[in-house]
Amino acid sequence: MDDMTDGNTLLTIRDLRIEGLSGETWLPIINGVSLHLDRGEVLGLIGESGAGKSTLGLAGMGFTRDGCRITSGSISFDDIDLVAASPERKRSLLGRRIAYVAQSAAASFNPAHRLIDQHTEGPVLHGVSSREESRGDARSLYDRLRLPDPDNIGFRYPHQVSGGQLQRAMTAMAMSCRPDLIVFDEPTTALDVTTQIEVLAAIRDIVEQFDTAAIYITHDLAVVAQMADRIKVLLNGDEVEENDTRAMLSHPAEPYTRSLWAVRSFRRPEQPPTPAGTVPVISIRGVTAGYGADIDVLHDVSFDIHSGRTVAVVGESGSGKSTVARCITGLLPPRQGEIRFDDKVLPPGYRHRTRDQLRQVQMIYQMADTALNPKLRVRDIVGRPVQFYRGYRGTRLQERVEELLSQIELDPGQFINRLPSELSGGQKQRIGIARALAAEPRFIICDEVTSALDQLVAEGILKLLDRLQRELNLSYMFITHDLATVRAIADEVVVMKDGHVIELGAKTEMFSPPHHAYTDLLLSSVPEMDPDWLDRLLAQRGRENIGEAARLGIDRAVQRQSSL
Amino acid sequence: MGFLLYVALPLALLTGLAWTVRRVIAGSFQGQIGAAFRAMPMTAAFGLTVVSIYVIGALCAPVLAPYGESQVFDEFNLFPGENPAFVLGTDQLGRDLLTRLLYGGRNTIGIAFITTILAFLLGATLGFLAATLGGWLDQALSRAIDVLMAIPQLIFALLLITILGQSTLNMILVIAVLDSTRVFRLARAVGGTIIVMDYIEAARLRGEGLGYLIFREILPNAAAPLLAEFGLRFCFVFLLIAALSFLGIGIQPPLADWGTMVRELSIYIAYAEYGDWQAASLPLLPASAIALLTVAVNFVVDWMLDRHAGLKS
Repeated sequence: MDDMTDGNTLLTIRDLRIEGLSGETWLPIINGVSLHLDRGEVLGLIGESGAGKSTLGLAGMGFTRDGCRITSGSISFDDIDLVAASPERKRSLLGRRIAYVAQSAAASFNPAHRLIDQHTEGPVLHGVSSREESRGDARSLYDRLRLPDPDNIGFRYPHQVSGGQLQRAMTAMAMSCRPDLIVFDEPTTALDVTTQIEVLAAIRDIVEQFDTAAIYITHDLAVVAQMADRIKVLLNGDEVEENDTRAMLSHPAEPYTRSLWAVRSFRRPEQPPTPAGTVPVISIRGVTAGYGADIDVLHDVSFDIHSGRTVAVVGESGSGKSTVARCITGLLPPRQGEIRFDDKVLPPGYRHRTRDQLRQVQMIYQMADTALNPKLRVRDIVGRPVQFYRGYRGTRLQERVEELLSQIELDPGQFINRLPSELSGGQKQRIGIARALAAEPRFIICDEVTSALDQLVAEGILKLLDRLQRELNLSYMFITHDLATVRAIADEVVVMKDGHVIELGAKTEMFSPPHHAYTDLLLSSVPEMDPDWLDRLLAQRGRENIGEAARLGIDRAVQRQSSL
Repeated sequence: MGFLLYVALPLALLTGLAWTVRRVIAGSFQGQIGAAFRAMPMTAAFGLTVVSIYVIGALCAPVLAPYGESQVFDEFNLFPGENPAFVLGTDQLGRDLLTRLLYGGRNTIGIAFITTILAFLLGATLGFLAATLGGWLDQALSRAIDVLMAIPQLIFALLLITILGQSTLNMILVIAVLDSTRVFRLARAVGGTIIVMDYIEAARLRGEGLGYLIFREILPNAAAPLLAEFGLRFCFVFLLIAALSFLGIGIQPPLADWGTMVRELSIYIAYAEYGDWQAASLPLLPASAIALLTVAVNFVVDWMLDRHAGLKS
C-alpha cells in the first residue's frame, strides 16, 4: 500500500501524530495513523467521539484545528508535502483541489449571501471559471443533486431552504472546482432519517459521476456501509483495522470492531398487551397545545401509557413529540384536553401540582451537559430530590445517594464527590437517571436520552433503563427519532407528524406491514448494515419516493383524505 | 532625572516585586491553583501585587502612618524634603501628607468597597429575580433601570446627594443604587442564559422555590462573570467617589481622601509656570495613587475575564 510511484495514488498519510493543547499540556489526539487513498476512492472513517476521526480527516487537507499541532509523520497529496507546504501553497489547493463539507450546513453558510454567490466564490477566486460560467455550472450541479427548481434555488438565502437542501447545496459548492478530494465530516448527522437518505443518495451519485475521491467521516456504521469503498476504524487516535467495506461488514477482525457491529442487536422482549379495562398510569386525552397566541403545535393528541410499559413516541424534528412531554410535565398547559395520572386529572400547569404529583413524573434529558448543574457535585445533584421529597438528612441521605449510585452501576466511593465536568457522557446520563430515580417516580419521560451518546454507551443506557423498569415497575415514555432504539426498548409505538398522532399500536404490529404511508417512509429510510441497501431501496421506491419528495406526496394524500 | 527617580524607579521596583510574588505564590500552591498562578501573565502579577500593597496600606494605616489622621502642625505648606519629619511635606493646614495619603486610601478604598458590595447585592438580586420570574416584574424592573441609566451618572449623583443632604451614608447609598443598574443588566443577562438550561427546568419541575433556584442553581454558575464585573465596577465606584470628593460633596473633612487631596493640592499646579516642577507635581501624588490602583485592578480583572472565557471553551 506504500507504492508512491503508483500514479493512481492521491493521498498518503504516514505515521501521523497530532497533539492538542489541553490547559498547559499537549495531549495526543492521533498516535501514528497511516492512510492511503486512490483517485476516485471513498474511504469511510468511523469511530466513537474522541476517536480522532475529524482530526484525521482535516489532516488529509493539511489543516489542523486551533490548539492542535502535527508532531511527526507526513501527509502527501498528489506528491505535494502538505505538512511542509507554505500557507500560500495550501491556499491554492484548498477549495480548488481539496474541498470540505461540514456537519452543520446551516452554520457553515454565510446567512447574508445567496447560495449561488457563495457557490461561485471558489471558482472565481481560483481562476477556474468566470462568474457567469460558474453560475451555469452551479445550476447543472443543483440539477444533478436533485434540488427542486435548480435554475432558481441558488438565488435563495440559506434560511429559505430546508436542512437537507442546504447540505446538498454545500456538496454542490464543494464540487464547484471539481476537486480531486472531498472531506465529508458527518454531513448527515444533524438530519432526520427521511432527509438523510436523499442527501446520501445525492452525495454518492455525484462522487461517482465525477470520480472524486472522498473521505467520509461518520459514527454511523449503516451510513458508512452505503458510502465507502473501504472502511477504517479508529479508537482513541489509533487505527483499529481497515478493510474493504464488504469484508469489514461480514468479517470484522478486531474485537472492538465486532463490538461496534453487535451494538444494534439489543432487543428487549415485548411485553404482552395490558388487558382491557386496566387504568393507565398516564393518559393523554385530546390534548391541543401550542406556543404563542394561536399556533397549535399539537392537535387532538391522545394515547395511554400503562404501568411497567414503554411507549416510544417517534417522529421527525418538528413533529411535536417533545411538546407532548412539556404538556405532561406541566411546563406547557394545553389549550384543550387533559392529562390524567392514575385516572385523576393533573392540574395543567406544574405550579398548581402538589409535591407528590410532581414527584411521580420525572424527566431524563437529551443533553446531559445542560441537564446537570455544572457547579454541583453528584452528591447534591442526586441527593437534592431525596432531601426535597423525603426529608432525609445526614447519614440517611448519604446512604440513599450511595444506594441510587449503585443502582445505576456507578461506584459511590469513586463518583459521589465528582463534578459533572469530571464525568464522561455516559456517566452524566446515568447521573441524570439517578436524579430521576431519586424522586421514586412511577413514570419517567426519556427525551432522546441516547441520541447524543456513542453507540456502545447508548446500548449500556438502554440496558440500564430496561433493568430499572423491571425492578421498579416503571413506565417510560421514550421520545426518539431513532427507530433502532424503538426496536430495542419499546412495547408500544406512537408515530407523530406535524402535531398529529399518525399511527399507534404494539411494536410488533408497527414494524410489520401494512403501515401508514408515513410510517412506511420512516421505517424504510433507516439505513441498514448492508452495502446494497441504498441501491435496493432506490430501485424499489424510485428516486421520487424518498425524502422530501415522498413526504410532500404523503401530505397531499392526507389532505385529500381529510377534505373528502 | 526626576522622572527616573519618581516614576521609572518605583514602577521597576513594583514589577520586580510582582515577579517575585508570582514565583512565591506559584511555588507554594499545589495542583490547579498553583497551575493557575504559574500561568498568570506579568500584568496580572503586577496588578495583584499593587492591590495587595494598597489593601495592606489601608488596613494598617493607623500603624504605618507617622501621625494622627487630622493632626495639625505649625509647619504648613511644606514641600517634600524640606523637613525630615514630614517626608512628603504638609498641606495648607499643616497636616502631614504621607499620613493623609495612607488614611485617604483607607477611606476611599473602604467606602468604594462597601458601596460596590451594596450595588452588587441590590443589582444581582433584582437581576436574578427578573431573569427567573420574567413577565411584568422583569419589564417593570428593566424599564425602571433604563430610566435610571438614561441620566448621566455623575450629574445624577450630584443632584441626589444635594437633595438628600451631604453625608457619607447618603453618598454610599446613592452611588450603590446608581451603580446597581449596571450590575442588574449583567445579572439579568447571565441569569437569562442559565435559566433556560435543563437543570433549571428539572429543579422547577421538582417544585423548588425561588430561593433555591437563585442561590443554589443560578448563583454558582453566574459567579465567575459577576466576580470579574465586581473588579471593574469597583474601579468605577472608586473613581466616582474621588470625583465627587474633588467636587467637594464626597467624603467630608476631617476625613482624608484622595479626591479631596487632589483638589486641595491642585493650586500647586500654578508653580509649573515658575519652573518649580517638584511643587507642581504635588497634586500628582494622590492622583497617581488613584490611577495606579485603577490600572492594577483592571489588570487583575482582565486576567480573571481571560480565565473565565478560557474555562468556557
